Amino acid sequence: MALLQIAEPGMSAAPHQHKLAIGIDLGTTNSLVATVQSGMSLCLQDEHGHALLPSVVRYLENGQIAVGHAAQSAQSEDPKNTISSVKRFMGRRINDIPDTTHIPYTFRDTGVGMVQIETRGGIKSPVEISAEILRTLKTRAEKALGGELTGAVITVPAYFDDAQRQATKDAARLVGLTVLRLLNEPTAAAVAYGLDNASEGIYVIYDLGGGTFDVSILRLSKGIFEVLATNGDSALGGDDFDHRIFCWILSEAGLPPLNQEDTRTLLTKSREVKEWLSENTEAQITSVLSTGQLVNIKLTADKLVELTQTLVTKTLNPTRKALRDAGLSIEEIKGVVMVGGATRMPQIRQAVAEFFKQEPLTNLDPDKVVALGAAIQANVLAGNRSDDDLLLLDVIPLSLGLETMGGLVERVIPRNATLPVARAQDFTTFKDGQTAMSIHVLQGERELVSDCRSLAKFELRGIPPMVAGAARIRVTFQVDADGLLSVTAREQSSGVVADIVVKPSYGLSEDQIINMLKSSFGAAEQDKQARALREAIVDAERLIEAINAALAEDGHLLSADEKASIEAQVNALEATRHGNEKDSIIQAVEALNHATENFAARRMDASVKQAFAGQDLNKLEL
Amino acid sequence: MELLQRNYFELLALPAQFEVDLTLLDQHYRSLQSEVHPDRFVTASANERMQSMQVATQANEAYQTLKNTTARARYLLQLNGIETLEESNTAMPGDFLMLQMEWREAIDDANSAKDISALDQLLVEIRQMAQQLSQGLSVQFAQKSYQEASESVRKLSFIDKISADIHRVIEQLENA
Repeated sequence: MALLQIAEPGMSAAPHQHKLAIGIDLGTTNSLVATVQSGMSLCLQDEHGHALLPSVVRYLENGQIAVGHAAQSAQSEDPKNTISSVKRFMGRRINDIPDTTHIPYTFRDTGVGMVQIETRGGIKSPVEISAEILRTLKTRAEKALGGELTGAVITVPAYFDDAQRQATKDAARLVGLTVLRLLNEPTAAAVAYGLDNASEGIYVIYDLGGGTFDVSILRLSKGIFEVLATNGDSALGGDDFDHRIFCWILSEAGLPPLNQEDTRTLLTKSREVKEWLSENTEAQITSVLSTGQLVNIKLTADKLVELTQTLVTKTLNPTRKALRDAGLSIEEIKGVVMVGGATRMPQIRQAVAEFFKQEPLTNLDPDKVVALGAAIQANVLAGNRSDDDLLLLDVIPLSLGLETMGGLVERVIPRNATLPVARAQDFTTFKDGQTAMSIHVLQGERELVSDCRSLAKFELRGIPPMVAGAARIRVTFQVDADGLLSVTAREQSSGVVADIVVKPSYGLSEDQIINMLKSSFGAAEQDKQARALREAIVDAERLIEAINAALAEDGHLLSADEKASIEAQVNALEATRHGNEKDSIIQAVEALNHATENFAARRMDASVKQAFAGQDLNKLEL
Repeated sequence: MELLQRNYFELLALPAQFEVDLTLLDQHYRSLQSEVHPDRFVTASANERMQSMQVATQANEAYQTLKNTTARARYLLQLNGIETLEESNTAMPGDFLMLQMEWREAIDDANSAKDISALDQLLVEIRQMAQQLSQGLSVQFAQKSYQEASESVRKLSFIDKISADIHRVIEQLENA
């Protein structure tokens, strides 16, 4: 008979109980949610048995929002209010979108910020539209798993820059989804593939999705997935192939500029034809336009190859660059894994086979592999698997730099640096008594500021007045494991920490997010406070759980007094969290955080020792 | 904080010397990241998450520094109290300067002729030079001839820069 586990009063019962964690592939064309159950990663289905959720959001007349198949089927009848491929607009300004003429939405140019779309439901940011997709997947997961989610791993194209990553994280926040990690899509695919096939060696992940292209080169070794280099094009995907077919239909049938409904109809036809031609040699395109005009033309597979040849070639340049950055030759590649629905096209498979001089691996469902990998990583991050040492070491896809004199960019963190990564840069003042300076952070590989992506402008204030050139302001750029940048600044001689005011060039400001949260939660002030209290309580519960787990594991690193003092603080927080005082909960959280700083340092030190346990340290001349 | 004051050799449990067993370096780096990486601390307290990020950041920095010959030599000299001053000390022996000019000309010529294979060949030549310098460094460190080692590092630094430039030109030619 199993022994009953009885927890101490006030302690959470089973600390090792299975946490509910999900992996989400938030795709341009389709999105999926997956989870690990009984050691198997599987995609969760909706009530109709569909795993794929079309990434389409429709704002209906009655104020409701349809997501997925229902929205997709209304695309032609209601093109302005039915948004597809919204991922292409995440963290982007209107000028970044190459061709808006065939996109049936009414864009709102916000000047400096992210582009917005006018819909029947109001003016929507791509972040809010993406949030609707996440909400649908979250609900699906909660229903299927029957409980509150610990969190999610959400995948992003490896080549997404800081603004696009931040936008994705903001979307999750809008629906109250805890992001355990933003994971690069090719890396997620590598996890699913590598674990399935017990692979070792150097693998290329070629990921051509609906709207983005990534190529990553990884070294797989004993559960460690080390990304050596990544490259790509965050505006190249299956959509572009559809568009080539669409343009060909227009010119072939001699059609005048079309209205939005007809544009949508023919784009949908184009996609269907593209998919059909992956298995067949020719396709008949038949459609009656709203003008009554009949389109009836034939497209052969050969013609399709010809129409899209330049797109296929466009994927090979980033591939070459990634190989060079990794310092590898084609002969050293053990396998090429194909990911993304667009890799079903035979001309893609052929081009990749010719380039790498080997047949690409296509034994995993290219639509699902990213979500499956994300679920595996979510399961690990939530703490459900402690016995094996799956570890992902990913890289920053694009260099980070600073604007210097003459509109030039000085590189601070090079592309393909392993995350997390930090660099410090010293600055000085230009004028006597100068107390502020502004710093412009850019991302990209080009030399001119105007050719790189502006991430943010920082203003450092509160520099102590000194003569010109005397101040030493050390600015540290830290990129975390999600690939997101944070900046801190300190004046070296006085130790003054300068205030940093961040003006994100593309992302949403904190105010905008709060406004969106308000509007999505019914706007009432009471709701807002209830929500803040709820967030504080969740924070407190998480911290108590984390500290109790740390005490159980490493309590021996503390003296009896130290341990008693931390336990007292835990109890204090425990007592406070049951009250309804948000501020006192936050204070008690801070107090406990402060009281455990040394403990955290000792535990980290012990972790480092653990890494080399069993080795003869004397021999290593430590 | 004690942990972050360790030097890179200590952090990766390797002897502080120029010769590094690259296989061991890889192994130790992975063992260390397996313990300290932020992915291991997703549900931990804010303190631990912050510390994990700092130590993992430093582990990456240490690994990159020790893996690269030039960076490792420069770092080892620093530990011995010697700055290589590549930015300010650009004095070089005449023959090395000549060699550099020749390389620069060869890059320009290959660039105008759009000759990628000539550039690849040049990279091979330059890599041989780097290997010679690296062998020299072994001897210089063994003999504690730090001034000579400093000069080798400065030369290697030039070579790294030229190699990077060649890669950039190749990339430009391929994109054209």
